Amino acid sequence: MLNHMVQYVTEELDASFAALADGTRRGVLEQLGRTDCSITDLAERFHMTLTGMRKHVGVLEDAGLVVTEKVGRVRYCRIRRRRLDEVTSWIDRYHRMWDERFDELDQVLETMKAKEQRDGRRRAE
Amino acid sequence: MDADEQSEPTEAGHTVVERRSDREIVVTRMFDAPVHLVFQAWSTAELFRQWWVPRSMGMTLHECEMDVRTGGSYRLNFGEGMDFFGRYLEVVPSSRIVWTNEEGVEGGSVTTVTFEERDGRTLLVLSEQYPSAEALEAEGGALDALEETFGQLEELLASLG
Repeated sequence: MLNHMVQYVTEELDASFAALADGTRRGVLEQLGRTDCSITDLAERFHMTLTGMRKHVGVLEDAGLVVTEKVGRVRYCRIRRRRLDEVTSWIDRYHRMWDERFDELDQVLETMKAKEQRDGRRRAE
Repeated sequence: MDADEQSEPTEAGHTVVERRSDREIVVTRMFDAPVHLVFQAWSTAELFRQWWVPRSMGMTLHECEMDVRTGGSYRLNFGEGMDFFGRYLEVVPSSRIVWTNEEGVEGGSVTTVTFEERDGRTLLVLSEQYPSAEALEAEGGALDALEETFGQLEELLASLG
């Protein structure tokens, strides 16, 4: 199970470093470090098409370095600073992983219980 | 496994994690459902895949093959050659499942899950046993090291601003 988590964190890191391996994307991060921008602003600043900039922002977003939010028709980007409490020891992460997993399992069990009750009633009729 | 009475959760929805020894971690949780259903959710691939991957992990379980019987094997594939696999050492319906985790480089851990009836509810106890204290520390340590790298990346990002 710890293995799962190591793999996951490694993947997250790989994505972050791959995202940073590109000059334009590093420039975008620097810009977002100063202020939030729309994709249109960024495209103009870096002399790119909207489609091209959207792709770069998509890579940064997948890597968890940037978050975007649509306000009306404009998509704004801002740098994602990890909250300090996200950086915890592995045992805390482990605890959180199981807690989340079991919350999902609770949902599945509720559905199963409801189905069993329905089937039971049908059989009794 | 020696049950530690103090650590048993009595209310549903509360997960307890503890290091029992330098090579064992135990997770306990009470479920508000009968034992046979909880066992079914653990031993049926279609149900298992609905809850096994926490959303915050952002991973997708592409394939989930489980032959849940003593001597059977399982394989979980998350794409890109990321596989988790092992064998079931013991399966007793509605009671316990024991499996090996063989994807690691060194000797892997053995996971034991037991399901116990408690007034119509189910007490689930999951234990992960590592072959040595070093093996557990190696994986936990790897995670802490990765977290540290993340921390450095954050600092770099903050300095860009």
